Amino acid sequence: MAFTHLRELVELAESRGVKISRVMLDVEIEQSGVPEAEIVDKMSQQFDVMEAAVRKGTEEPVQARSGITGGDGHRMYNYVNAGRSFIHPTSLRAMAYALSVSEVNSAMGRIVATPTAGSAGILPGVLVSVLDSKQYAREDIIMSLMTAAAIGLVIANSASISGAAGGCQAEIGSATAMAAGALVELGGGTPEQVTHAVGLALKNSLGLVCDPVAGLVEIPCIVRNGLHSITALAAADMALAGVRSIIPPDEVVAAMYRIGNELPLSLRETGIGGLAGTPTGKAIRERVFGRAEKEGQKTL
Amino acid sequence: MKYNGMFEIIGPVMVGPSSSHTAGAVRIGNIARQILGTDPQQVSFQLMGSFAETYQGHGTDLALLGGILGLGTDHEDIPRADEIAVERGLVYEFTKGHGGQYHPNTVRIEVSGSGRTVRMVASSLGGGKAEVQELEGLPLRFCVENPTLVLYHHDRCGFLARVSQLLDSSGYNIARLALERWRRGGDAITICEVDGQLQPGISELLTSIPDLKDFRILYGDV
Repeated sequence: MAFTHLRELVELAESRGVKISRVMLDVEIEQSGVPEAEIVDKMSQQFDVMEAAVRKGTEEPVQARSGITGGDGHRMYNYVNAGRSFIHPTSLRAMAYALSVSEVNSAMGRIVATPTAGSAGILPGVLVSVLDSKQYAREDIIMSLMTAAAIGLVIANSASISGAAGGCQAEIGSATAMAAGALVELGGGTPEQVTHAVGLALKNSLGLVCDPVAGLVEIPCIVRNGLHSITALAAADMALAGVRSIIPPDEVVAAMYRIGNELPLSLRETGIGGLAGTPTGKAIRERVFGRAEKEGQKTL
Repeated sequence: MKYNGMFEIIGPVMVGPSSSHTAGAVRIGNIARQILGTDPQQVSFQLMGSFAETYQGHGTDLALLGGILGLGTDHEDIPRADEIAVERGLVYEFTKGHGGQYHPNTVRIEVSGSGRTVRMVASSLGGGKAEVQELEGLPLRFCVENPTLVLYHHDRCGFLARVSQLLDSSGYNIARLALERWRRGGDAITICEVDGQLQPGISELLTSIPDLKDFRILYGDV
């Protein structure tokens, strides 16, 4: 059994009086035949990779292989530590971390796809910042990753997590929703509130097109990871405050899927439309591909 | 169901920059290599849709090559897979094709080595998940999430019954099964995914099946 509806997650969790993470873990044990301790241990290792990517991009500037982006994670981290930001440093740290992981990704470094590589900054961004806040135990954060996984499974099975198929909303939107839901569980919210955070976060991502400059996972992907980590935190706070998604969260997921299907091909990871199609976007494409050819790569 | 396990969502651990264009492409390469069952000497990749438009920026070419060379999705050598290919004497080419009815991230692969050639069409579905769409021109769809048996056989009465009986008597549960043939009584390919881990005696077990000409055993993680 894999999940296809958020409603289903809530019902399973409520009927057993457990958290969504527990529901996910039990299903995983049953599906894989792997003992609980091993699964938790593997999730802990995934979190280690996430944390390593966060540290790598904050301690030193990381440059993308293309040479067009990089160093923003480090830049934001220094700014946060200077303590003069509008957003509280604890929260703004999530953005610095999300940027860092995305930069490590664009440098062909090691990351965990959550749910994809293009959106791999958001979940580590918020969860490592929560870890650094020292208000939550590492074990609880590991468990919240399972809640994120359950939410991701629902979206992947009933809509899409591929930018090429569903636009950026399917990647960044899904990651934001997963992170928001994980935070709500961590913050003591009910399973129902977890799904409302998903609905709220995803609503704010609907219509987001996939328009990477030069086809690279850099512009605007890195910045979107950074900004949406803040959206995830905000959506979690809204849900914990009792704000509901009036359009049921499952219907928001369905809307995301329909919007994705209606997006033109030029706005689905082809590197043609949107920001990729701007004069500067095209100029960067030329620069990168010219450079690549000099390095001996093949062209079609 | 498209996605079953939580590590398909929180994972894979991979080198960037794109789960669909890098990790998924590595997996596709890995599957082709396993079906070939030997070191590849020559390979051509026909890229379609988004793969064709953005393959260089995402390192899709390096990922496909890395996969064909047997590197895993998180292998740090993937960024230099083209150099490794040259070192190992693998001749490769990339061309652009028309996607038609396929998923936007699709590649047609023809790979050969030791006198064998494998032709397959596969798509990267997102999040690092790969799905074969066609094998040797037959519409066989499979993902290799579970250990997967590729059985090359004659289309004979009772073949599937014997396969399933044999697997059942050895304690294997069949998770997915598909058979396609070129014509009645002719050559056929069966794809059989089983749950859990395969035991060491599986090859001997399969060899005992009448009408089985050849087989491959595919694993999701290399």
